[in-house]
Amino acid sequence: MDKDKVLDLAKLARIEMGEVEAEKLSHEFDAILGYVSEVKSVATNNQQPTTNNLALKNVMREDGEPHESGLYTESILSQAPAREGNYLKVKKIL
Amino acid sequence: MIDLTVLNIRSAREALSKREFSSRELTQAALDAVSKQDQEIHAFLEVFDDALAQAEEADKLIAKGVDLPLLGIPVALKDNMLYSGHKATAGSKILKGFVANYDATAVRKLKEAGAVLIGRTNMDEFAMGSSTENSAYGPTKNPLDTERVPGGSSGGSAAAVAANMVLGSLGSDTGGSIRQPAALCGIVGLKTTYGRVSRHGLMALASSLDQIGPFAKTVSDAEIIYNVIKGEDKMDSTTISDDTYNDSRQYSKVIGVPREFITMEGVSETVKKNFEEAVERFESLGYKVVDIPLPSIPYSLSAYYIILPAEVSSNLARFDGVKYGLHVEGENSIDDYFKTRGEGFGAETRRRVILGTYVLSSGYYDAYYGMAQKARAAITEELRQAFKSVDLIMTPTTPTPAFKFGEKSSPLEMYMEDIFTVHANISGCPAISIPFGKEGHLPLGIELTADLGREDNLFIAGKDFLDEN
Repeated sequence: MDKDKVLDLAKLARIEMGEVEAEKLSHEFDAILGYVSEVKSVATNNQQPTTNNLALKNVMREDGEPHESGLYTESILSQAPAREGNYLKVKKIL
Repeated sequence: MIDLTVLNIRSAREALSKREFSSRELTQAALDAVSKQDQEIHAFLEVFDDALAQAEEADKLIAKGVDLPLLGIPVALKDNMLYSGHKATAGSKILKGFVANYDATAVRKLKEAGAVLIGRTNMDEFAMGSSTENSAYGPTKNPLDTERVPGGSSGGSAAAVAANMVLGSLGSDTGGSIRQPAALCGIVGLKTTYGRVSRHGLMALASSLDQIGPFAKTVSDAEIIYNVIKGEDKMDSTTISDDTYNDSRQYSKVIGVPREFITMEGVSETVKKNFEEAVERFESLGYKVVDIPLPSIPYSLSAYYIILPAEVSSNLARFDGVKYGLHVEGENSIDDYFKTRGEGFGAETRRRVILGTYVLSSGYYDAYYGMAQKARAAITEELRQAFKSVDLIMTPTTPTPAFKFGEKSSPLEMYMEDIFTVHANISGCPAISIPFGKEGHLPLGIELTADLGREDNLFIAGKDFLDEN
């Protein structure tokens, strides 16, 4: 992976990054990706599972019984870096 | 004068019930131990100013004759768990000053069991690391050798117990973050079955791997905390009940050893020798120890370092400088994101978010993430098949004892710390690290892994091994 690819990925991940760090990361990624590529041998050489191992299922419910409006508003907005009344404040987008 | 070094949760509970001392006195002793040692160790990011008030509440209940499993016992929380009205930063600058507005389920359960929550402990940023060197607030030192790391990511929670500042603590384990620091600090650490403990109110690192679990000085104490925090929770749909795995196989004292895995390169000679001594000890206790082939298990780490960054890149998208935490002004709305995340995330977090963005990108998804998921299924299947003939699988917890600060010079070298622990997260199986043996003055750990839902087997074997019965 080269430096420009790292800078491109950083852009996608919305992380400001300088050239020096991107250069360093590109070499580290080569080493890490080389190592993790070993999974291929397990993924292709083995039989696929016969059992459903983890007891995971989607949990659905009907909408309903909302809490009283405004009950948590202040508590949540108190953590916001910028607010205006009961809204989060951000810069204009358009 | 209360001596925390000779107390554990069980004995302290007995003493509290018999009124040998009060929770206020016990909590004061813990706070004194923190003031005396933590300047040097740095296990705590904050000591809560309501600790003594909590202890006084506990004393009122004790006076009424109330008996709860953790009533009056001082414990510590890892900094990625929410405790309403208290700060929580996950060791990150991006959450500096953040105050929780609800209790994590595990924290609520500790409170309901009467625990005195005395503070939040240091950790690698967002639980990414094996040494606490990635904390934005400076590293924690190993109480047994302050030139060395305590392990991580839950290094602060491990050090707080090992230095006898608290009698127990909570950590989170995504690839070994409870068991590895427990081993390096010479205490007990448990990773529970996936879904056993609710993650509601735990800051998500990798949601298919994360579990909360206890640190303690004895297996019995770890079991006490485990019984308090476990259970189904409607706020975390992945939680399981006691019947989920519906497994009533009897415990037959058979332990499997993946011999080739343990003797591989990079494992210290002392660790190998110590492991053989652990085998002998189990045999002397009437256990049958057999070699079993587990050829896929060593690849757990490769699968992990694809799945983990992928989930991290997704989970950490929520830190945008808008809703909570750090905000750094940019030129426009999108520049606010770049600047906030650029300044707020440390080096390892950036590394993994970008790596995760890469392995999930459309051209590479099948080659990495798709492959890792297939490998994960194969590894899990292999482990579960093995548990048809053995109750437990035993390995060392770590390839070496505690290392020095700055010793691991490349990310990959640090990632190797998880080589013996990560299969448990990949498969969802529970695993425990038990202190056993030393390399020089540094403690080592033995790790036992059990089948899904079989923490009971870990507790039986652990108590047998440490002679706690």
